[in-house]
Amino acid sequence: MTINIPIKDIIAKKAAAELFDGAVVNLGIGLPELVANYIPEDVEVILQSENGILGMGPHVTDPAVDHNCFNAGGKCVSLKPGSMLFDTTTSFMFIRGGHVDIAILGALQVDQTGSLASHEIPGKFIPGMGGAMDLAAGAKKLIVATSHTQKGQPKLLEKITFPATAINCVDTIVTELCVIDIVDGRFVVREMSADISKKELEELTAAPLMFNL
Amino acid sequence: MRSKITAYEEIVKSIEDGMQIMIGGFLADGTPELLIDAVIESGAKNLTIIGNDTGVPGRGISRLIDTDQVARVITSHVGLNPRTIEKAIAGTLDLQLVPQGTLAEQIRCAGAGLGGALTPTGLGTKVAEGKRQIEVQGKTYLLEEPLHADLALLKSAMSDEFGNSFYEGTCKNFNIVMAYAADTVIVECDQLLEIGDLNPNTVETSGILVDHLIKGAKCDY
Repeated sequence: MTINIPIKDIIAKKAAAELFDGAVVNLGIGLPELVANYIPEDVEVILQSENGILGMGPHVTDPAVDHNCFNAGGKCVSLKPGSMLFDTTTSFMFIRGGHVDIAILGALQVDQTGSLASHEIPGKFIPGMGGAMDLAAGAKKLIVATSHTQKGQPKLLEKITFPATAINCVDTIVTELCVIDIVDGRFVVREMSADISKKELEELTAAPLMFNL
Repeated sequence: MRSKITAYEEIVKSIEDGMQIMIGGFLADGTPELLIDAVIESGAKNLTIIGNDTGVPGRGISRLIDTDQVARVITSHVGLNPRTIEKAIAGTLDLQLVPQGTLAEQIRCAGAGLGGALTPTGLGTKVAEGKRQIEVQGKTYLLEEPLHADLALLKSAMSDEFGNSFYEGTCKNFNIVMAYAADTVIVECDQLLEIGDLNPNTVETSGILVDHLIKGAKCDY
């Protein structure tokens, strides 16, 4: 019998396996935040938070009344030894200036050209892009961590239909079913869940797949 | 050096209809709540608010969204404030979404005397519509223009009476850059010090940028 792990935790754990020792990493709000819980023990990363932290530590569950360190989702966090605090202008010098190695963002849609839609469903959902567009433009590697489908509908497409957050920027997509690299405008499956066949994966993906397992 | 300490009532009186107001903070952390009270009490309408986000329900800029004093918001993210999204979709609030790093640079340009920033952020997206694209050293950039305000409302952890200020933790955010980019700058401080008592090594906003200073609700001076 297998234990039911929530899909988002499966995705977070797989995304964490993409990180390398010493990497400067920015985790987007929502699902990507969970990646911090699954970083392998032999991998030390420096977490950047766009609201002004390099060297962010775990969440603080019992903060003092004057606690003044938060993550970009507004949650109380700690600082690791050797951390730095800064303002927004400086934060985006790190981000846009190419000093962040890996950004992990969520997605509404992502396509085979590496374009990402994560910040708007016109007329319905308009949270705004926050720092996502700058991260897409500036991070050395962009990983999308997302469920493979939304209410049964594929999120991995030939071409995104929602407004673009970034064009031709995504390097790797991690879902609960697989890990895909985007190579020359194609989805290349590098890793696949044992619970699913190639045919099933193709049916859940609205773009051609190549397999390099 | 002149003390900038100003009575709350004077600040309330100075806030006028139609003002363009920058407000520091990130999800209401580092947002001057007493100065938000002052804007509410002024009853000023038709305001344009510039800030990273519109706070969270009950805190920060959210409180101005709730009082219907705001006609337009220039911001990067409103995902944690459902009221802002509702009003924008209903058409009662003009919501202008800007990438966070671009917003910071637009404000910096206004404060630093620059005519704009060239950024790759937003190329190929709706953000680029209607904007000039300029090629520099073989790369394409968007020209983003300076963004200035009539008033900046900021929140410090510590200020001296002249207005020299220090922001703690992740409360530096937009507070530092906004101090340069508004005609009038008002700082709300948690802790008020005499001139000379704030270590110059820790000053992040110079008092020369600050017009008015008010003791925050937490102030123990």
